[in-house]
Amino acid sequence: MSTRIVSLKGIIIVAALVPLLAGAAAVPFELKSVTVELPDSTRMFEGAGADAANNNCLACHSASMVLAQPPLSKAVWEKVVHKMIDTYKAPVAPEDVAAIVDYLAAGPR
Amino acid sequence: MAETGRPDHMISRRRMLGSAGALVALSSPSWATALGKVVLESRPWAPEITTAFPQKGPMLLQRTRPPLLETPWDVFDKSVFTPNDQFYVRWHWAVIPTSIDADSYKLNVHGHVNAELSLSLRDIVRDFETVELAAVNQCSGNSRAFFEPQVPGAEWGNGAMGNALWRGVRLKDVLDRAGVKGGAAAVRLRGLDEPVVADAPHFMKSLAVDHARDGEVMIAYASNGAQLPLLNGFPLRLVVPGWYSTYWIKMLSDIEVLDKPDDNYWMKTAYKVPDTPHANMIPGEKDVPMVPISRMVPRSFVTNLASGAKVPAGKAVSVRGIAFGGDCGVATIDVSVDGGKTWQPARLGKDEGRYGFRQWNTDVAFAAQGKHAVMVRCTNTDGVSQPATPNWNPGGYMRNVIETTELVAV
Repeated sequence: MSTRIVSLKGIIIVAALVPLLAGAAAVPFELKSVTVELPDSTRMFEGAGADAANNNCLACHSASMVLAQPPLSKAVWEKVVHKMIDTYKAPVAPEDVAAIVDYLAAGPR
Repeated sequence: MAETGRPDHMISRRRMLGSAGALVALSSPSWATALGKVVLESRPWAPEITTAFPQKGPMLLQRTRPPLLETPWDVFDKSVFTPNDQFYVRWHWAVIPTSIDADSYKLNVHGHVNAELSLSLRDIVRDFETVELAAVNQCSGNSRAFFEPQVPGAEWGNGAMGNALWRGVRLKDVLDRAGVKGGAAAVRLRGLDEPVVADAPHFMKSLAVDHARDGEVMIAYASNGAQLPLLNGFPLRLVVPGWYSTYWIKMLSDIEVLDKPDDNYWMKTAYKVPDTPHANMIPGEKDVPMVPISRMVPRSFVTNLASGAKVPAGKAVSVRGIAFGGDCGVATIDVSVDGGKTWQPARLGKDEGRYGFRQWNTDVAFAAQGKHAVMVRCTNTDGVSQPATPNWNPGGYMRNVIETTELVAV
């Protein structure tokens, strides 16, 4: 058992992981199978130039977090879009990259 | 489920007031319906309430897929433990199993060990000593929405945190069963969630082998007396007391002992913070040394009064809230009503364990009508106090500035 005894200003504190009392542990915890359905989003990017974002971004994530971003510079959006492509392997059509960056930098809400 | 756009008035309000740090009233009908009251909170914009997620009650919707759900602030005033159905949710990748069979689920242990293990849930529950611990789970980017200048990422308010009574087994005991070989350096953990694009980096995090074997890191199968909601990691979640949630792997399915430090993307590149006091740097500063985020820092909040609340002048006003010490316990909570010139200790609630939330309360009084700022500051048992000025880093991590609640005495 890994109970730690720490002396603090003269007070003895017994902390850390506490094994359960025998009574509680006598009835093993039973885990039950779970099936759920996760909601999806129908929200789309809107306005001029939204097509490139709709066609490339929504396969991996819904739009809400993107649309909740603070106003960010084009340079920052450029970095974000390239992180999606280079690191997260988003299959973004090369000819759409500039359109996506322009659309996001224009501050769609 | 449809994510509706933010109403126009919210947009204009953000544009008008956001950078001024002004107060935004969350007054959408969904709030009124879900909570029966209007909540005041200072954040640049207001996520909507959703009840569309399985095993979850009303949550603030940050993103539908993969889910990012924030705990509504009023929840923190109700109990020192955050209920499972309102515990915040954060997933990196959208391929999340929606059906978990408790009989066939396996946790595999392999790598630099003497004997590989493939443990069933029944094995885990019955074959190892059961342990229980209260601990705060907080997203590295909790409160990111308050960063100035603003940074990209999940624009969390303060609700990407929660405190639960975790029940499970020690990671150490499981590792000892496998037998960690000499020369082991790190223990890498991963869950069942997968990226949509196959060659994207699977989400994995590692702990140094000594940390993994410290006897406190836990494989939890229950929180607050019940099995975990699927979105909080059912059936198994790593609990790393005092450390940010990025290490608390959900749907834990694989433990790999490495004979060298982990250089996978999520350790080497992501979740890095400046290696400076308060993980603070100047926006645009170059060549700042960066390190993986690790231990949490102290925080404290008022929970019963929001900025803008009216209180009677000349009378005692009860103020209460929650605090946590970060990687150790809460030593003292102090409250200031004079802009931080003088501080008075608050009363501390029951100690549920040094890694958990600690409730506190005090009384204040304002003789003069008008605005009054209430500041609350936590000092932890290592003597670390919250800073008076906010930190900044490009990831929006580790915010723990002293919080200020503006009350109006009338």
